[in-house]
Parts: sequence; structure tokens; C-alpha cells
Amino acid sequence: MRREPPQTIGDYAPLLFPAAMLTIFFVVPFGTMIAVSFFQRQQGGFYTPAFVYDNYARFLSAFFGGVLGFSLMMAIAVAICCIVLALPFTYMLTRMARNVQVVWLVALLSVLSLSEVIIGFAWSTLFSRTAGITNILVALGLMGEAKALTPSFAAVLTGMVYQAFPYTVLVLFPALVRLDPTLTEAARTLGASPLKAFFTVVVPALRNTIVATLIMVFIFALGSYLLPQLLGRPQHWTLSVLITDQAIYQSNMPFAAAMAVFLVLVTLGLVALTVIAGRKGEAA
Amino acid sequence: MSGLALQNVVKEFGSFTAVNNVELTVPHGTFVCMLGPSGCGKTTLLRMIAGLDLPTGGAIHLDGEDITRVPTHKRNLGMVFQSLALFPHLTVGENIAYPLRIRNAPKEDQKRRVEELLSMIHLSGYADRPVSKLSGGQRQRVAIARALAISPKLFLLDEPLSALDAKLREAMQVELRQLQQKLGITTIVVTHDQREAMTMADTVVVMNGGEIRQAASPIEIYRRPADSFVADFIGQTNLIEAEADSVGHVSVLGQPVPGLALLPGAAKATLSIRPEDVHLTAPGAGAISGTVTFVRDLGGTIETFVDVAGRQIVAVSTPRERPDVTVGQQVGVALTPDVCVVLRK
Repeated sequence: MRREPPQTIGDYAPLLFPAAMLTIFFVVPFGTMIAVSFFQRQQGGFYTPAFVYDNYARFLSAFFGGVLGFSLMMAIAVAICCIVLALPFTYMLTRMARNVQVVWLVALLSVLSLSEVIIGFAWSTLFSRTAGITNILVALGLMGEAKALTPSFAAVLTGMVYQAFPYTVLVLFPALVRLDPTLTEAARTLGASPLKAFFTVVVPALRNTIVATLIMVFIFALGSYLLPQLLGRPQHWTLSVLITDQAIYQSNMPFAAAMAVFLVLVTLGLVALTVIAGRKGEAA
Repeated sequence: MSGLALQNVVKEFGSFTAVNNVELTVPHGTFVCMLGPSGCGKTTLLRMIAGLDLPTGGAIHLDGEDITRVPTHKRNLGMVFQSLALFPHLTVGENIAYPLRIRNAPKEDQKRRVEELLSMIHLSGYADRPVSKLSGGQRQRVAIARALAISPKLFLLDEPLSALDAKLREAMQVELRQLQQKLGITTIVVTHDQREAMTMADTVVVMNGGEIRQAASPIEIYRRPADSFVADFIGQTNLIEAEADSVGHVSVLGQPVPGLALLPGAAKATLSIRPEDVHLTAPGAGAISGTVTFVRDLGGTIETFVDVAGRQIVAVSTPRERPDVTVGQQVGVALTPDVCVVLRK
């Protein structure tokens, strides 16, 4: 079938609805946010239209810079953990019987149906001193006495990896199913052990998919603001937490908006860098 | 013993027996074609030789060593898959060097060997191209070169030429055979194309229903098929019932054929008569009479369909020896004992 480019204005009609939705619910609010980020803050929670850089200037401090750095580092850590766990898992899943795959995928989808709040409280219970998993270790004689594992960085990381893991599997799954299974078999006949075949054939052949998944999980993790509060200390709070704090509790809309805009810019910059690096790697 | 030996190899998938009690000896340096209809177990047998599937029974020996449980990557094989399975993320040169890289061969050796193999497959200068930029025949050659990079003990090919068009396939068959003879490497090819098997093989192994029906040289398989399946599968043939009377005189379709003998004690048997061995004569005079129902003149050969008492017999002749026949004409079919192959049931 040949696709013809749209000839008349009427041919664009099917685009109208999604375009309108995007404009009303995304472009307009985002534009408003950019505008507000330059507004002058008034004491008492209000702001007046203006064009000042104060909000951005305040952001360029060691404290907020540190939080931004921590947020990015956390998101990258979550993305890498997810890929490292999900890639071998999904690879083995695609080689299992059909009904086994269905059971696993349904289980993963059911994790997706859990709200962030439930995941947060579930993990904070599991990591608690009184009812947590350390009690099992004590019962098994592996630990002296039960202790609390939360709040800590590891607890935040665990919760966020748990939340992002199903997405990672679902994004990797189609690519791994499409991967020609004879590629691995060929590698084995040519002298590669199954493990070597996985790293020399499966991983490089899926390079682009892996990079795309890393970016997706990274952005997903960057937006998380509930789990760091539920499972972490204040120093484990991400920029999203601070934005919420400024917007809702400190009633400083212009500053919150400025931070949000900055976060978007940094994220876009990092994604662009990754894509460019990926292209370069391909050309080499 | 040098070479490959399969002993009572069995492969069951649940209640389905894909390969049943296969016994086969492949001396070192032989070219074997495994031939059979789809689902006959030939690919499963090849995968077991490669170690990609484990047999449920029996043993596989290579150069006197039991390799039945040796993992694939320790068997030192070269295998070409039907899909070729070239690595899409590597260049032509990197694909060919893969088995060397995995064995940590020195960089210079890898480079030299890749050059050697590329010139062997007439693709010198292609080392840095991505495999996606090659034509079907070139990809085929790269897959072969990659499989031969380590000079493997066994060279296995699973329907290697099925993706190529007819002309290229015939050329590759000849090339593959010449390459194998030059290298003297034990080679096993799975195919469903009997022309391919006849062109390349020292030994043709005809399989059906998970069993070997006959393993012999191509000409032996063609001239002396063991049973009606082999006779019918390899080339075109006429399968005709023959009867013997109490003193052993054999008649075919009511016409005595002096000098022909069935297996001792058998009163009935099936004969295989190749179309090119059927001679059409004038009716009467010791020949079976029949009516010509169709003449297919292909230029190089002429196929004549003769109806004999409800049975169809096909005769092939060249235009030079053509008996001038037309549809509806009465002809005689002359059979001599030397053209009739008595099949064991």
C-alpha cells in the first residue's frame, strides 16, 4: 500500500483531536510553567507577572545543584539496575514455554496496577525492624538481631527498581522475542559458551533497544517523588520532592516552576547526549 | 576410528519420536547429504550432531571420542544455519573472525585468517562492510567462511542454499563441493532438494519418519533404491507390481519378463523402473501393450505417458531416439530384467 501525503486541509482532520488534547493538556500548561518560572514572587504565596532571572539564580546554589546531581545519579542507578536485572530475566523468559511466559507477564502487569503509595508502604514494612525481612534472616540464624533497613539509599533504590522493573521487561520483551534464536545457536556452534554468546551476540545485537530502555527508565525514575520520601532520609530526596515542597508547602510557584524547567532541560540534554553517543558508536 | 559415528541415536519430543534408532558411520573427509521430506527428522539429527539438541538415547562419537554430552561450544564445529545467522551488529570481517576472537586468537592471526577466507570465497576487500549490505549469495559465502574459520572437525549445513534462487543455488552447490574436496573436511548437509544431494554428496542418506531408509552413493541410491519410498523420492520412477508363479517365472502386468527374479520365496513385489529405461516399441512382439495418453515435449527430453491396463507408465526419451508417438496411439512397453529394480518391502 502506498501512503499519499495529505492533499487538503481535510486530510489532517484525524490529527485534530490528539493535537487539541496535546495543546490543551500539555503545551499550554508547560508554557504557563515556563512563564511562571520568570515571574516575581510575592510574600504570602502569590506572584506577579514579570521577567526576572531570580528563580534560576537561586537554583544555581550548591544545595540545589547537589539535589539535582543526586536525582540524576539516582535515576541513572535505577535505570542501570533495571537493565542489568531485566535483560537476562527477559531473555530467559522469551525462551520459556508460552504458558509460563503468560504467568510471568500477568504477574508483572499486576505489579504495574499497584499505586506508588502501596509499593512504598509495602517496602517500608518489609524493611522495618519489627515486621521486616531481617526477622526471617534472624529466624534462619543468619543475623544476630532484627534491624531496620529503612530509611536508606538502598531502600529507595530497591523500591524504585521494583516499580520500574515491569516497565523494563515489557519494553525489552518484544525486541527479545524478535531476536533470531539461531544467532545464539550460531555463536555456540562457533565456540561461545552460553554466557559468552549472551554478551557477545544478544547484548550487542540489542544495543539500540537497551539504550532506549535505559532512557525510558531514567526519565521514569527522575519523576519519582513519593518513594524517596517514604523510604529515604531527606538527603535521599530527589529534585521532584523539592519541587513539590516549594510549590505546595512553601507556596513558591515561580521557584518550583524554574526547577521543573531546569530539570526538563537537563533531562533533554542527557537524552540527546545518549542518542548522539549511540549514533557515533554505530558509525564506528 | 576417524570420522563420525552415530549409534542407535533416538530423539523423542514427548510422545513423538523425531529420530528413531539411527545408525550411521561417516568416514573422515566424506561429504554426506541427509535428504528427506520436511519433518523426517533430518534437521533434528543434525542439531544433535551439533549438540544443540540432546539425544534421548544412543551415542555420538567423533574421531573415536564420545561427544554425546559434550556442549556445543566445545565440539569445534562449523555450522551454517538455514537463516545463515550472520551477526547483524558485526561487519563481514568481524563475523568471520568471531570464532577466532571467542578463542582469544592473536589479533594478527585473526586478520590474516580473515583475509585468507575472504579470498577463498572471492570476497576480498569486503571485510569492513556491514553484512546487511551484501547480496544473498555473498551472505551465504560469508556464513560458510565463518563456519570454516577455525578449520573445524565437522562442517554442518542446515538447508544452506534454500534461500537462493535456482541458478545461484546450482552454482553454489558446485562451489561448495569443490571447496569441501579442497579442504578434505567431513561435511554433513541437510537438504530436501535431491538434485542438490546428487550434485554434492559422496553419500546420500535418505530419511523418512525419523529413520534412515537408505545410505549409499548417489548413483547407487538412484540405480538400486532400497524401497519404494527411496525410489519415488529420488528422481522420477514407475512403481509397478510384479508377480511370480510357482516355478519362479515373473510377469509384469500380465507380460512375462524372462530372466527377472523376485526375492526368494516372494510371490509378489514392487518394481522400480526409471522412465529413461522404459523403451517404447511397436505393440505385440513380447512387449506390454498400452495407449499413449499424453506427450510432454520439453525440447531436451520427451515424456510419454502410457496407459497400461489402468496403470500409468512414464517413458522419457531424447528427441534423437524418439519413437514417433501421438496421443491415442497403441504402443508396446518393452521391459528387460536389467532395468527392473526389485524393491524390498
